[in-house]
Amino acid sequence: MTAPRRNLVEVSDLKLHFPVYGGLLRRQVGNVKAVDGVSFDIIEGETLGLVGESGCGKSTCGRAVLRLYELSGGAVRIDGEDIATLSQEQLRRKRPTMQMVFQDPQASLNPRMTVAAIIGEPLDEHTDWSRARKLERIYELMDAVGLNRDFANRYPHAFSGGQRQRIGIARALALNPKFIVCDEPIAALDVSIQAQVVNLLEELQERFGLTYLFISHDLGMVRHIADRVAVMYLGRIVELAPVSALYDTPLHPYTQALLSAVPEPDPWTETRKERIVLKGDVPSPSNPPQGCNFCTRCPRVMDICRRIDPPYREHAPGHFAACHLLDETRTDQPKDGARPEQDQPHIHQGEDA
Amino acid sequence: MTDRATDTAAPFRPPRNQWWDVWDQFKIHRGALAGMVVFVAIVLFCVVGPWLWIHDAGFIDIRARNQGMSWSHPLGTDQLGRDMLARMMMGGRVSLAVGLAAMVLSVLMGTLIGVLAGYFRRIDGPLMRMTDLFLALPLLPLLLVMSMLLRERLSTLFGIEMGMFVMIVTAIGVTSWMQTARIVRGDVLALKEREYVLAARSIGTPPRRVIGRHVLPNVLSPVMVSATLMIATAIITESALSFLGLGFPPDFPTWGRLVSDGIDYLQQHPSRAILPGLFISLTVLSVNYIGDGLRDALDPRIRGR
Repeated sequence: MTAPRRNLVEVSDLKLHFPVYGGLLRRQVGNVKAVDGVSFDIIEGETLGLVGESGCGKSTCGRAVLRLYELSGGAVRIDGEDIATLSQEQLRRKRPTMQMVFQDPQASLNPRMTVAAIIGEPLDEHTDWSRARKLERIYELMDAVGLNRDFANRYPHAFSGGQRQRIGIARALALNPKFIVCDEPIAALDVSIQAQVVNLLEELQERFGLTYLFISHDLGMVRHIADRVAVMYLGRIVELAPVSALYDTPLHPYTQALLSAVPEPDPWTETRKERIVLKGDVPSPSNPPQGCNFCTRCPRVMDICRRIDPPYREHAPGHFAACHLLDETRTDQPKDGARPEQDQPHIHQGEDA
Repeated sequence: MTDRATDTAAPFRPPRNQWWDVWDQFKIHRGALAGMVVFVAIVLFCVVGPWLWIHDAGFIDIRARNQGMSWSHPLGTDQLGRDMLARMMMGGRVSLAVGLAAMVLSVLMGTLIGVLAGYFRRIDGPLMRMTDLFLALPLLPLLLVMSMLLRERLSTLFGIEMGMFVMIVTAIGVTSWMQTARIVRGDVLALKEREYVLAARSIGTPPRRVIGRHVLPNVLSPVMVSATLMIATAIITESALSFLGLGFPPDFPTWGRLVSDGIDYLQQHPSRAILPGLFISLTVLSVNYIGDGLRDALDPRIRGR
């Protein structure tokens, strides 16, 4: 909050297309555009929430940001270095700055390794410390995530879901990373444990100055933990705004629909709430609709939506969205003001490319 | 472990830990222990026995041929008057050595090819087609050709018996790794999509160590099972080869050869075929139980139950 904070992560026009093979000769017949031109920045020390429904490409995006998949296009600049173009060895050396916490704590821990071995794996890979020093660090990490040191020699199957997630978090912390992608870290946990894990993540963020990309479909939890939120739909970001702005004045119809689905604790407001129910299914990412991706389900769809892809631009300070509706309201206002802003995202992308 | 241990002696605890856990679990597996005892007994019988026993396996005492069990020949003698006990011991040496060596070779090859094919997508196709090719090869004609081509050369290189041993082990190993490779490949294909492999990649673990640390330990169970079965197959294949005259020289005892020699006298002296057969079965069974116990002991999820 004090010094001008820099962008730790700059993602520009990130694309990840999975090829689809078909036919007799197994030729490539198309692409699943899991992530299709996503751009966002994450400021050092903040938490960017990434929300969206199942299958919209959130997790893929999170993994692509760490280059766990080979990117189809775009750049990911972490700490000033474009990891999309690094060689394997350079990437390996870069890994300590960026780590990941996985969705399913059961699946993300090797059942044949002890907790100490799991947490110590990053140390084995990136340090030449003595065994005693590694163990020291492992115990330190176990303390930090609230695991009893006695558990070091146990195996993952002996733990509850919450404890397993703590092991996963300790592993991610082992090398003092700056940036952690939390890929739905709470989705597989029950509600009481969710709070514990989220509080732990917040506490660790404060202590170690971490930057999070927090992927989740739990809008309430994202509101709690994130500083800014990006909403994804079908491989693209449709809206990105600070938490308060996004939850109070959502601009994009999809965000509005998504937010209207969040249950309200107060029954009085819950019954009076206007619920926007989207019709139909998410189109296949291998064959997205022409124009706006959301045009097949948008309650306020217009002609232009089916033809032209809406530009992604800033509508209020720090509040980005991609929707023709917003441009329409803009054009009612003084036209001179609208023009330069219209070009802004293009310039922005041009700089990064 | 006490609290004191965590505070002061803690750094010395984990390193030895895992293998002691394995041993602790192995110890309580009754079948595995029994198998271990039987296997060690058989090995001792074959390795130490010939030094202690008065008769030589190759000594022909034609006057004492086709004898039944007696104090001087506890298992009787064969049609040439050779002591059966001595032949069993000497034959066991060869059979065990061939079985174990061929098993090790074929498991190593199978695992290597299976892991490479499963983990590296690019070489999956070629490697698996090669596996199919080997599966389609008829074993016996191949061995025939191999022994024709290589027997002389290996004999001059390693000596007659050692050369034969090398040839048989290679022949059996090279023609029996395919099942293992297929099983391993299938498992690796599933394992490499697991999140902990992804986690290892996100840590920056290079593929060779991902394989060593995360993939191999988890394909251990099927490999272990196929390895124990492989020993039996190898011993029996060796006997088949010897029977066809492609293996060791006729006067050279192996369990497989003893069985096939005994078949001719099955009506008069059934023990001559049954005993070596029994030893083959016992070896296979004991190794199987050891493998079973090891597999359980190596799996932390089963351990402690």
